[in-house]
Amino acid sequence: MYRILEREDLTPTIHLLKIEAPRVARKAQAGQFVILHHGEEGERIPLTIADWDRAEGTVTVVFMEVGTSTRKFAQFKAGDVVDDFVGPLGKPTEIENYGTVVCVAGGFAIATIVPIARAMKAAGNRVISIMGFRTKDLVFWEDRLGQFSDELIVTTDDGSYGRKGLVTEPLTELLKTRDIGRVIAIGPTIMMKFSALTSKPFGVKTIVSLNPIMVDGTGMCGACRVEVGGETKLACVDGPDFDAHLVDWDLLISRQRAYLDQEKTSDERRQHHCSGGGHCG
Amino acid sequence: MAKKELNLNRVSMPKQDPQERARNFGEVSLGYSKAQAIAEADRCLQCLKPTCKDGCPVNVDIPEFIKALREDDMPEAVRALKAKNSLPAVCGRVCPQEQQCEKLCVLARKGAPVAIGRLERYVADWDLATEGTPEPQAATAVRGRKRIAVVGAGPAGLTCASDLAKMGYGVTMFEALHTAGGVLKYGIPEFRLPKNIVQAEVDYVKSLGVELVLDNVVGRTELVDELFEEGFDAVFLSPGAGAPMFLNIPGENLNNVYSANEFLTRVNLMKAYLFPQYDTPVKVGRRVAVFGGGNVAMDSSRCALRLGAEEVYIVYRRSEAELPAREEERENAKEEGVIFKLLTNPKRLLDDGQGNVRAVECYEMELGEPDESGRRRPIVKPGTEFEIEIDTAIIALGTRPNPVIPSTTPGLELTRQGTIATDVATGRTSREGIWCGGDMATGAATVIDAMGAGRRAATDIDRYLRQK
Repeated sequence: MYRILEREDLTPTIHLLKIEAPRVARKAQAGQFVILHHGEEGERIPLTIADWDRAEGTVTVVFMEVGTSTRKFAQFKAGDVVDDFVGPLGKPTEIENYGTVVCVAGGFAIATIVPIARAMKAAGNRVISIMGFRTKDLVFWEDRLGQFSDELIVTTDDGSYGRKGLVTEPLTELLKTRDIGRVIAIGPTIMMKFSALTSKPFGVKTIVSLNPIMVDGTGMCGACRVEVGGETKLACVDGPDFDAHLVDWDLLISRQRAYLDQEKTSDERRQHHCSGGGHCG
Repeated sequence: MAKKELNLNRVSMPKQDPQERARNFGEVSLGYSKAQAIAEADRCLQCLKPTCKDGCPVNVDIPEFIKALREDDMPEAVRALKAKNSLPAVCGRVCPQEQQCEKLCVLARKGAPVAIGRLERYVADWDLATEGTPEPQAATAVRGRKRIAVVGAGPAGLTCASDLAKMGYGVTMFEALHTAGGVLKYGIPEFRLPKNIVQAEVDYVKSLGVELVLDNVVGRTELVDELFEEGFDAVFLSPGAGAPMFLNIPGENLNNVYSANEFLTRVNLMKAYLFPQYDTPVKVGRRVAVFGGGNVAMDSSRCALRLGAEEVYIVYRRSEAELPAREEERENAKEEGVIFKLLTNPKRLLDDGQGNVRAVECYEMELGEPDESGRRRPIVKPGTEFEIEIDTAIIALGTRPNPVIPSTTPGLELTRQGTIATDVATGRTSREGIWCGGDMATGAATVIDAMGAGRRAATDIDRYLRQK
């Protein structure tokens, strides 16, 4: 049992939970993830680690409501307990002094990139961050990422805040005009794919954090297999970070959609129950 | 006393009707009634020098528990059985008795051996249904000051932990998943091993004073060396199976191609057969091919039937004689309607244009000379390619050792296969104070083999700690 100490709504559908998990906090490093599981009927869901406090014994996760499980997690309040919180899992992000690092993040993945930017900054890099959102109302943690960034660029798809357009536009400009040692791109799969395509012609090594469907998350089931450089890898133990230029993006996108019909069934059932005044979550 | 007349026929096991059971997850074998159990127990000759015991990896006192059973002294039967086996309700269901105790029963020379496994199950189930069986007393306080960490709460870990607890040691089990039992929970299906039975056995181990820490991935959450820093005097590693093996053929990463580990974990551990009441989904469609011929392949095929598949194939490259699955499981699968495509090997998985598997292209095979495993080597018959239309493929070829513990524990010697090198008789590894057993030491094997390793390691850990 893991107590929730804080809950914050970063946007209407992106939520933060700060959870008491001293053993996980003691080991957590940038780029790793945890598996959260709650209730007899619940799924095991991987969530990237957004922050930790070893002294306090807490780990912070940020997630977006996308389906049944994340909508259930969205019901949690401070003081509630989560049944299972397992981690830290996966390999940490490689942190070295690469000179100048560009951290690109889209949507809820801003939370994932903050500890990476922090670690890159601490390793002596010049950190340039690009954060992309659909619209102004969804912008969060500009100050927090800004704290670890020498330069910060915000984009919105509709131009309601910061630069209008996609994250790949400022990324292209930076790659053209600066000497960039490494790009880290984390966000929706399609954003990572286009970030990879953007940096590839420049030959700048680009790391992405892949988020395929997982079940156990500890290297036992093989659900999270991805193809990288023509080889099958398990994102949970070989990743989640991989060389973006070697990832088979179309396969990843296809595998992420494997359960769309079931997800719809599950979601409809849940919403039906909720509107009926039944017990939710 | 008059010489007992030999009864060469065993009492048959009542089972659910094949047609019916192929569509539900209820237990297939229903278990003996009291009268059936006593009738079967009565066949035992109570040999002066019982050979059956030699066939048991944990040396259960078989004639003793059978004697008590037929005298209707159930508490004594339970005591005799559990003295050597902490998971009898599990073993009575999933041990390959025909290759172990029953194989060595003297009746086997003339007819059917005593159905030891079924009797074990009867006694264990009676115990689970009955409150208040006296437990073996924990021993001396001297031993109680020593603490042992057991990594992984599957069959090897549960056995090692319970043996050590019975000796009076302080034992903590660290489990990576959200529930204890390992393969007994995520792998073996409900219809062969009900999960409430597994949980009851886990609860028994806890009742001996074993502390259980869930959600702890040793090698990630905590390192083996940190366990020593925390004050543990010995560590037993039994983390179980690692990454599944695949066929290495084109199309293997298409949607609806599962490893058996993933398929069974979804179905058994996460209860995807109750989707959408449970949140974890699984997809089977109308036609399913399972690749492999072991018990895991049988379990996968029978789960697929129960999830509504109309046609389920076992695709195996050798012939019936080489199938590694237990005969009982093979027969059960056949009765339920699983179709065996023997001497058949997949060439590639074909896609439907949407990223899903549509068919498997196979070769016909023939058997050549025996290979290093002693089995006749399967050879492709060129030009025999044919397609089987499928909606789901399940690959049941075994597993590789999980690298997490070896890669985070300096000084642990490995074998060429990547398993942790151990002394078979004791489970000792190359590092002082660390023992290992189960799949991590041997590669994929049976539940009872893992239990035997847990038992031997517990004995040796005791010897080591007494000398220390």
